[in-house]
Amino acid sequence: MAAGKSSESGETKKRKKSKTPEEKNEENNVASAEQAGGSGGEQQAAMVFPPTFSVAEIKNKQRRHFMFMKEKLQKKKEKIALRKKRKKEREALGDKAPPKAVPKTIENQRVYDETTVDPADEEVKYDEATDEFAPYFQRQTTPKILITTSDRPRGRTVRFTEQLSSIIPNSHVYYRRGLALKKIIPQCIAKDFTDLIVINEDRKIPSERKGKEPTEHKPEVILNNFTTRLGHSIGRMFASLYPHDPQFVGRQVATFHNQRDYIFFRYHRYIFRSEKKVGIQELGPRFTLKLRSLQKGTFDSKYGEYEWVHKRHQMDSNRRKFHL
Amino acid sequence: MLLCGTGSGRAEVSFNLSTGLINMATPARNHVWVGTETGILKGINLVKKQANNYTEVSSLTRDQEVNVMCFGDPQETEVLLGCRDGTVRVFNTEKAKFTEFHECRGGEGVFRGIGVLDNAIVTCVESGLLKLWKEGSTENVEVQVGPKVEKMRLCDTQRHKVATGGKENDLKIWDLQRPEEPIFRAKNVMNDWLDLRVPIWIRDLDFIPDSDKVVTCTSYHQVRIYDPCSPKRRPVLETVFDEDPLTALSVTPDGRSVVVGSSHGNMAVIDLRKGRLLCSLKGNAGSVRSIQCHKSMPIVASCGLDRFLRLHSLTDKKLLHKVYLKSRLNCLLLTSRDKWEEEEVTPVAEEVKEEEDEVWDNMETVMDKTGSKKRKEAQEPNVEEVSTENTAKKKKKKAV
Repeated sequence: MAAGKSSESGETKKRKKSKTPEEKNEENNVASAEQAGGSGGEQQAAMVFPPTFSVAEIKNKQRRHFMFMKEKLQKKKEKIALRKKRKKEREALGDKAPPKAVPKTIENQRVYDETTVDPADEEVKYDEATDEFAPYFQRQTTPKILITTSDRPRGRTVRFTEQLSSIIPNSHVYYRRGLALKKIIPQCIAKDFTDLIVINEDRKIPSERKGKEPTEHKPEVILNNFTTRLGHSIGRMFASLYPHDPQFVGRQVATFHNQRDYIFFRYHRYIFRSEKKVGIQELGPRFTLKLRSLQKGTFDSKYGEYEWVHKRHQMDSNRRKFHL
Repeated sequence: MLLCGTGSGRAEVSFNLSTGLINMATPARNHVWVGTETGILKGINLVKKQANNYTEVSSLTRDQEVNVMCFGDPQETEVLLGCRDGTVRVFNTEKAKFTEFHECRGGEGVFRGIGVLDNAIVTCVESGLLKLWKEGSTENVEVQVGPKVEKMRLCDTQRHKVATGGKENDLKIWDLQRPEEPIFRAKNVMNDWLDLRVPIWIRDLDFIPDSDKVVTCTSYHQVRIYDPCSPKRRPVLETVFDEDPLTALSVTPDGRSVVVGSSHGNMAVIDLRKGRLLCSLKGNAGSVRSIQCHKSMPIVASCGLDRFLRLHSLTDKKLLHKVYLKSRLNCLLLTSRDKWEEEEVTPVAEEVKEEEDEVWDNMETVMDKTGSKKRKEAQEPNVEEVSTENTAKKKKKKAV
């Protein structure tokens, strides 16, 4: 009520200031609007705008806050009432109730990506069969991985590399010792390393987890949600980090889960308790990765060619567009 | 010529509609030809929005990677593909199939340039062997242009002029009629402010139309213009763009500016008179492998490692077309035909006219108004049908 009053007073002030020939019309309008509010006069309502009032217009801060809270409470009440009503309706209908609407999420509203891989596509199949990871998938190479850090790593980073080597079989941690990557790469190739992982640190806070240690069994690998052509390449890259035949005795599984272009890594030990129940136990470190660029050939940030570069301002203009 | 083109185009349209398959025998009237890293030749018709493969995927090997492409004749009925294994394949667009295979082995490395000069194929490989392959003759002109060649290009107007350049192999312009000595040999720029030698690494070059000038782009992100007419052997203009290696360039049809692309996928138009950045063309996500401007229209096509073919407008720098082509793309050819829309649209218009003529022939002496009424009547039954269908559907829904 108080708000209504204040708004009216505001209008009268305006009228005093303007004093246009339309004054009378305006008065009529206001009157009719009030009628519409009270008794629902439909004929004039179509012509007349409702009296504009918003809480933000109140000048007294306390008053404004009070009114705002009141409005919010009102809305909440209405919402709860509506929900209860809907629930009752559903119960009344029983089995005939319409299926529940699927909530809108960024993922299911995703913009269609034309590079989404169709598994039956011959050309992509051929391309993948002859790409850089093809020797691994044709079982010609077994992965051997070198893990190193940036120059002068902090203790946490060093511990992280050790944890990482515990979850990737056949991986070796070496200290960087200020060596240039371009010098490391030929040495790696000479010593039959297939992959090189470099841990860089930014603000020196790699995440750490303490818990059960993984065993030395070869784990299974799960790759989730790598759908686009770029995603496929990345997925293949992760897959080629792990040896070919997992040892199911170890009951260990490494998961690379892609969601909204972030890749989450988790490492679990599972057990089938019964036919329906599965127990999992998390092991090793957790980490999250984000793809910033993909290069063709070996590392050469200056003169190498990039297959894909993440460009923030051009690519992040739509929140529902994902690249992996 | 134009009528001929429309006729064939129409035939294709009707064919596609009837079977929904791509017949290899019908003439392929594509606007863009793209050679891929997997070895597939792709033709893209931008008006009909179709992309076709002209190479069988099942018979491919990685040796067939297409490194260079050029048109075989001014009518653009032949497309020449230089492959990794040292063969040159000739694709006939009228028959829509490969007609000839030439063994053009010699030197080491992949093809860095290809061209056609009076029924002879000009090729240049990475090790620096530039060779003229005449049909039937064994005495081919051979030129050693220096090691680590990155690009060889023929001049569009004076076909016997050839420019080469590469890593630590500065720009040279050759006259294939007198191949002993280059007619122009560039000199490296002055030492830098520390009095150190400036390295050379030309990635792409092009002749500026209506002049002798040549524009080059380097891995050290410089764009340089050389003028063989001037006594200076050093570049007459040098400008830098971005911070990444410039991998491809193409001169715009008016010859005033150049479109360059970098290994990070940045593309820009640079003015050749003052070396100023005119505008940047956005959209590329990966390294640009090839750029080509249309001969007359303000359109530029680009392709690269991100597997997309993109067409930008040079007037308002908008992205006109974006086509996903599934493989990494190495090189592209843009047709020099203009009036793309007319080729395809005119037959449709003719058909409409014919129909109208038939209508007018059937009617004897009828006024315009009645004619329009009749047309309306002719349309109405359709509308009714649609509405009945709709109601039927609704009823069904209600019943459900």
